[in-house]
Amino acid sequence: MSNFDKIKSITIKQPLKLDCGKEISNFPLAYETYGNLNEKKDNAILVFHALTGDQFASGQNPVTNKEGWWNYAVGPGKAFDTEKFFVICANVIGGCMGSYGPGTIDPKTNKPIGTNFPVITINDMVNAQHNLLDHFKIEKLFAVAGGSMGGMQVLQFVSNFPNKAKVALPIACTASHSAQNIAFNELGRQAIMSDTNWKDGLYDGKTSNPDKGLAVARMAAHITYLSKKGLQEKFGRNLQERSDLKFGFDADFQIESYLRYQGSVFVDRFDANSYLYITRAMDYFDLTKQHGGNLSKAFKGSKTKFFIISFTSDWLYPTSENKDIVIALNAIGADVGFVEIKTDKGHDSFLLDVPDFLSTIKNYLSTTYININERRI
Amino acid sequence: MKEEFKVISKLIDEKSRVLDVGCGDGILMEYLSKNKIVDVRGLEISKEKVKKCLSKGLAVVEGDAEFDLKQFPDLSFDYVILSQTLQAFMSPENVIEDLLRVGKKVIVTIPNFGHWKIRVDLLFKGEMPITKNLPYEWYNTPNLHMCTIQDFYNFCNNKGINIFKTISLNGQKISKITPSNLKYKNLISELGIFLLEK
Repeated sequence: MSNFDKIKSITIKQPLKLDCGKEISNFPLAYETYGNLNEKKDNAILVFHALTGDQFASGQNPVTNKEGWWNYAVGPGKAFDTEKFFVICANVIGGCMGSYGPGTIDPKTNKPIGTNFPVITINDMVNAQHNLLDHFKIEKLFAVAGGSMGGMQVLQFVSNFPNKAKVALPIACTASHSAQNIAFNELGRQAIMSDTNWKDGLYDGKTSNPDKGLAVARMAAHITYLSKKGLQEKFGRNLQERSDLKFGFDADFQIESYLRYQGSVFVDRFDANSYLYITRAMDYFDLTKQHGGNLSKAFKGSKTKFFIISFTSDWLYPTSENKDIVIALNAIGADVGFVEIKTDKGHDSFLLDVPDFLSTIKNYLSTTYININERRI
Repeated sequence: MKEEFKVISKLIDEKSRVLDVGCGDGILMEYLSKNKIVDVRGLEISKEKVKKCLSKGLAVVEGDAEFDLKQFPDLSFDYVILSQTLQAFMSPENVIEDLLRVGKKVIVTIPNFGHWKIRVDLLFKGEMPITKNLPYEWYNTPNLHMCTIQDFYNFCNNKGINIFKTISLNGQKISKITPSNLKYKNLISELGIFLLEK
């Protein structure tokens, strides 16, 4: 990977006390922005990325040369319309796109920090990103938004900083990571840790990486992002460039070939240790427990307008878990909207071209921006 | 603007919290937020309609009133509105009970099955009536529990529900319903609008 010099970042000087008890300071937080911050500084939207995302939500990622992960949603005229809004997205701490993470080179040893990096949480990620508001001198964000782990960050952000966002859009997420999701994350971690190249997390990041383990982790996870129906319709039992079964263990089926491909391209852009740290952060996420078993307390007194979205075929963060957030908000009379979008595209729906989903967000944001300004809600 | 919504709007005090159950496209919610200083929320079962509401920036939650009213705490709204939806529920009795639990006051509108045209249709044609407010055939109607203004009046009395106001709507004509004119209004009203309290 090259072009790392094209990454923008701030250095967070003041110490950040992590949930694990350790303290970090003078660390980089990489970010990217889209659109322009207006004079009143009231059009900023902070977007949070999911497990394997980064700060390059839109356009071309200069490091991977691939499209931004939320290209369908962020851009001129899109759901998060960058002709109207100033979209900020940061790489989470623990990530591998320029923010402080296990891949950061330790100047003392000249090697990656690896598993000497402290275990971080969603709370830590959000607290680090809050520094961006000071950096851009933004008093109050218009919105915070994100899907999956990005949605968890939305919930944590609003809970930590109750009056810093007028609108919150948690999408396809949960307030409390389920046993099933912890199980899938553990499967991925075990795949990485059982790769002999992992070396207790102290691989050098150049000559030997636990690529095989990381690829398997990605393959397993990728299945959970899709729906059974979606897989069946896209691949069925179609064979991969062959007319008959080969009676071996090559990729006979298209779905096998597809997963292998997904695994192989993933290792080129993602660090295995980051995968361990970020999945751990997701597993530890339990906003309900943070508030003594009462999720409503996380949002008590909040004037934020919430808009929660789930997808019918998402079995990883099912509608029921999204609805638990709606119920907690209704219990305290918060301003909340909720819709379950019908789609066969599974959990990945929030990243894909799902017109109903994208148009509803676009209209909601533009109308709400006008309403807030006119009525001074 | 539907006459019905104007009547409902007049029943609502300024600066109150309102829940519109079965809010549809959010027309009433929009009307209320434009004409009154109210904090209005909606509950709607149809995904398409919820998306329309959210596109307008309205705080609407997708859900089924028969299950999802439970998430709202006791007396969490000043007014709960149920406009021409009661007859479509599996258990109108339970829904009314929940509405009265969630709202300090409840506004219920019912399409009146006692209207003379309906009575005449059934009497002379011997067929299930089809009208402007009830445009369905018997085999595809979502209306499971039709009732008359008199029926609903009796229901409230039997259940010990206080009726503050009853208003008759016949075309553009708005009039009060009282115990003394009830039989007559039950014959000439297309809609009955009830303001209730537990």
